[in-house]
Amino acid sequence: MRVCRLKLCIFHTLFLFLGFIYSSITNAWEISGYVGLESLAFIEKPLYKEQHQHYISGVIEAELYHEWDNGTQSFAFVPYFRGSQHDSQRTHFDVRELTWLKAADTWELRLGIRKVFWGVTESNHLVDVINQRDTVENSDGEDKLGQPMINFAFIQDWGTVDLFILPWFRERTFAGEEGRLRPEPAVSGDLSEYDKSGYQRQVAYAIRWAHSMGDWDMGLSHFYGTSRDPIFLLKGAESGAVNLIPYYQNINQTGLDIQATLDSLLLKWEATIRVSESETAFATTAGFEYTFFNIMSSGIDIGLLSEYLYDSRGSTAATLMQNDFFVGARLALNDIQDSQLLAGVMVDRFSGAQFYNIEASRRFFDSFKFEVEARFFNGAIQTAPAYFLRQDSHFRMELSYHF
Amino acid sequence: MNKIILGLYFAMLPCISMAEISKGLEIMQEVKQRNSGWSDVTADLEMVLTNNNGNEHRRKLAMKILEIKNDGDKSLSVFNNPRDIKGTAFLSFTHALDADEQWLYLPALKRVKRISSSNKSGPFLGSEIAFEDLSSFELEKYKYTYLRDELLDGLDCFVIENAPQYEFSGYTRTIVWVDKVRYIPIKIDYYDRKNTLLKTQTFNDYQQFLGQYWRAGIMTMKNHVTGKSTQLLLHNYKFRNGLTARQFDKNSLKRSR
Repeated sequence: MRVCRLKLCIFHTLFLFLGFIYSSITNAWEISGYVGLESLAFIEKPLYKEQHQHYISGVIEAELYHEWDNGTQSFAFVPYFRGSQHDSQRTHFDVRELTWLKAADTWELRLGIRKVFWGVTESNHLVDVINQRDTVENSDGEDKLGQPMINFAFIQDWGTVDLFILPWFRERTFAGEEGRLRPEPAVSGDLSEYDKSGYQRQVAYAIRWAHSMGDWDMGLSHFYGTSRDPIFLLKGAESGAVNLIPYYQNINQTGLDIQATLDSLLLKWEATIRVSESETAFATTAGFEYTFFNIMSSGIDIGLLSEYLYDSRGSTAATLMQNDFFVGARLALNDIQDSQLLAGVMVDRFSGAQFYNIEASRRFFDSFKFEVEARFFNGAIQTAPAYFLRQDSHFRMELSYHF
Repeated sequence: MNKIILGLYFAMLPCISMAEISKGLEIMQEVKQRNSGWSDVTADLEMVLTNNNGNEHRRKLAMKILEIKNDGDKSLSVFNNPRDIKGTAFLSFTHALDADEQWLYLPALKRVKRISSSNKSGPFLGSEIAFEDLSSFELEKYKYTYLRDELLDGLDCFVIENAPQYEFSGYTRTIVWVDKVRYIPIKIDYYDRKNTLLKTQTFNDYQQFLGQYWRAGIMTMKNHVTGKSTQLLLHNYKFRNGLTARQFDKNSLKRSR
């Protein structure tokens, strides 16, 4: 009898609890996100026998959001999952966001996992150092892994100062043996090495001042901690095999980003000075974007972009961009389907190697979106890092449903 | 004799048009005056885009506007629908004759982008509404000429021609019908750069707030060239929410919903 009552009680509580969850989800919680199906098709035969010609993958990202206290406090949770055929390293789960936010008149506090974007240029993101890049997600480098942080923003008339404590270092993701767009041997992410250990390896600190004055938007930032960008070491294992190992160094990086918005012309400049145990490196990306709006009253915009990329580390840099020119064009139809096209080419000034990138997207049936990306690699010389990608030109198509 | 009359006629012309100009300006000053002091407003917008075949597409956004004395207003709009652009937000500091300052927040990248405000005449979200049609009304933006009085839908109206003075406008002129009693627009005709009638905007379902401010519940923009139309449905107008410039900065843009 007692047990029965207990059961009833538990049932009752559970019922109330589910009712509460249901009502709070339908009332105050917002759910949104997308599910997508992707086809990644390579034009040429793979260089290595483990690789494949075509990969299918599925993706889901959802956001659970709740705000209260008149919108000055909020909670957001964004889990993410991609499941890929063949390449087990590309099948990955990530918490893109899990944050509590409190906003007051002169400050904002954010606790949890988040993504942060800094910078102004389009072809490269030099000053953007807070998050680790999710390189298996898309070769364009725009995707990031969630970063745990304490972020305090101090808001004044003379700008916003953001202070960051980043208590957990996240390693970069790399394509596995069966994946394309990788060097040989594939990067052994599980053998990663560091020049620091303990706190110094795990915890990073950053500060950024950002301000807008008339036509000018600017930011000045400093980062201290383990660099999200590894360099790579070739090491022989006991078995006789050779491993390619990411080596993460402790750095001090100061970054500057400025944009001038002069009618239809945008001038953009980013620069960084980065000091590690082994070197002091200077890098910059500078360029412009000019847009012809509403051409012949058609509603169509065409933008022209050009940027120059320089890195003092030259070809030893773990980047494909050390002394390159980028030119591109952006087309926006501004129609109901929001049709867009971005086409660009990056040319290495010395070797003449080219990297072509075309991205197009269009909405249909109001909730679906179709994206096509084409990336072609051409003319990389044998000593350049891009030589690994010489047979990896590909098309990527993704169909997604947004809810 | 004829010559003298003709001379007099020409001599009088500028006087007449001066009178019409000053009357046009006076009426629009009254429009502006009666619509001042509301401080801030929030509202939900629904846009219904209709093409020639009658196909409909819906867009939903939330908007807040902060009134700025002696300058253009500040506004922040957040898109909720279509879902692929959910969370995209648009911050605008408008100015009478100087270029507006505009930022776009892209939620997928968490990126705030300063964007060019030269795109006055381009379509807003693929609709028949241009960016300049949505910007805040400041007296300095136009030169006014009073044309005539006219009865429109049973309402006694002033008819006034507005010639844009700001850069990059898609119009040579607009003609606005102003209700003589409430000093609010009832209809606007837009003439393109070639001076042909491009669009007509009508304002319906006016409601009065705080005993003073009139706001339309439905605005319809009909494009005469393409045959397409856009209807703006406005709900949940809330005035004087105590908003400050802080709710219209880049930090707020990043966390706007």
